[in-house]
Amino acid sequence: MDALSKTYTPPGLALSPPLDVPFQTAARPAVLDSLLAPFRALGQYAILIGRAFASVDEFRMYWKNLFIQMVRIGIDSVPIVALAAAFSGAVLTVQTAYQLETPFIPKTIIGSIVAPSIMLELGVVVAGFILAGRVGARIAAELGTMRVSEQIDALEVMGLNSIGFLILPRVLAGVVMFPMLYVVSCIVGIGTGILTGEVGGFLSASEFLEGARQFFQLLDPLIGFIKSVAFGFIVTSIACYKGYYTGGGAVGVGDSTTQAAVLSCVFILVADLLVAMLLL
Amino acid sequence: MIEVRNISKSFGDLQVLSDVSLDVREGEKLAIIGRSGSGKSVLMKHLVGLLKPDTGHVYVDDQDLCCASYERLRELRKRFGVLFQGGALFDSMSSFENIAFPLRYFSSLSDAEIETRVQDCLDLVNLSDVGAKNPSELSGGMRKRVALARAISMEPAYILYDEPTSGLDPETSNTINDLINQLARELNVTSVVITHDMHSVLEVADRVAFLHNQDLEWVGPVAEVHDCASPNLNSFVRASEYKIGDPSPTSPLSEPSP
Repeated sequence: MDALSKTYTPPGLALSPPLDVPFQTAARPAVLDSLLAPFRALGQYAILIGRAFASVDEFRMYWKNLFIQMVRIGIDSVPIVALAAAFSGAVLTVQTAYQLETPFIPKTIIGSIVAPSIMLELGVVVAGFILAGRVGARIAAELGTMRVSEQIDALEVMGLNSIGFLILPRVLAGVVMFPMLYVVSCIVGIGTGILTGEVGGFLSASEFLEGARQFFQLLDPLIGFIKSVAFGFIVTSIACYKGYYTGGGAVGVGDSTTQAAVLSCVFILVADLLVAMLLL
Repeated sequence: MIEVRNISKSFGDLQVLSDVSLDVREGEKLAIIGRSGSGKSVLMKHLVGLLKPDTGHVYVDDQDLCCASYERLRELRKRFGVLFQGGALFDSMSSFENIAFPLRYFSSLSDAEIETRVQDCLDLVNLSDVGAKNPSELSGGMRKRVALARAISMEPAYILYDEPTSGLDPETSNTINDLINQLARELNVTSVVITHDMHSVLEVADRVAFLHNQDLEWVGPVAEVHDCASPNLNSFVRASEYKIGDPSPTSPLSEPSP
């Protein structure tokens, strides 16, 4: 057989999806293979996520899994997101106050800078980065371990749609719970900003709130909300993709986990820019 | 009946199976043997549709796995129970929940009936009292037996065993071999055992298929494994003989070479 005629078979078109994939490196020149690799990965990713959403009609079988994932992804992440938001809000207030330390600028401006910054950018991006590490790495490690220990094969052999069972609940949980974490991040970040302003003697709580109200636009939290939905999808879907197609043993799981966290952060930045350019 | 027809499989440049054909007859215990890396596990994954051959076909009860839709394939897979090499138990669940898992999704049994079925399966593998334990609390042999209990919980027509005795001490290996025989007898299932453990082959198999260099080199009754015309199989058997040391007097391994 001509080596070049062996092409990649998209998962799940005729048979069980995943299992050919970890070995899929068609026999073609190495340079061409390297050039095609990102496109192949993108195709694999799109098909996997497409299949996950296509299995939504079976969701009545998997809905319990959704609630488990909502707790793991959302509720369990509240402390770390709140911590990061608290420090971000405090630091932003201190640094803004330092830069505007002049009698010609009213102190309320600090509130009108800090609050929108948190709602529009800092609250959602910091939460996104934290969750890329916490949630993304966890999902990739979990699914990767299931792959290398044949637990995903076991699900398939039982007759379960492993993609529907494992991936759809995680992605949905991410899309639902990231906005909730964004709200937590904003409340804690702005709250800490107010507290820091008061305790540090930069401005009073009423001055902070007056400034925040003065320049408040509904678009700010709306854009933050849209970003949080996008980040939730990005982090969970990339982590699921990396974990589901893990190859090799412990090293493979480690690679998938690292790549999931790094890629999530990169695509969070890209999505952040795209949303800002499209909506602002 | 499972029919494998001229399947070939490559992973990139690596050819793993080349034009392999094989029948697994109703009710028999077939051992697929060969050196490590000879493609035994890859062949097993083709039998249950976990891998798709580059060329060739696999028929299960006259239905072609390779042409089946994913939905049809999932239905066909329910006829199989598979004991994976490491057990593949879900480590977030107790042994009980592992065994109950397919029953909860694919049977109409009530909770009480599921409990009874799970206990029956545990009794069958002689692990009546480990239901509450997590897989991490079990020894390797116990994990395999719990995995076996899960594999039989849906009363499959075919059970595939992937290296059922690898990594186990000889006594536990014997227990697993006895279980394979017992399940084949009591549940009347067709068994396919992937192994390179000749002792296990001699204990459980009715027929043997020998994979060598991506090809099925020899297929025949277990009693003829020592008298076969395949030099590679003879070499494989001799190596196992040396490893075993002093084979049992009733074992075909102990018969003199012609």
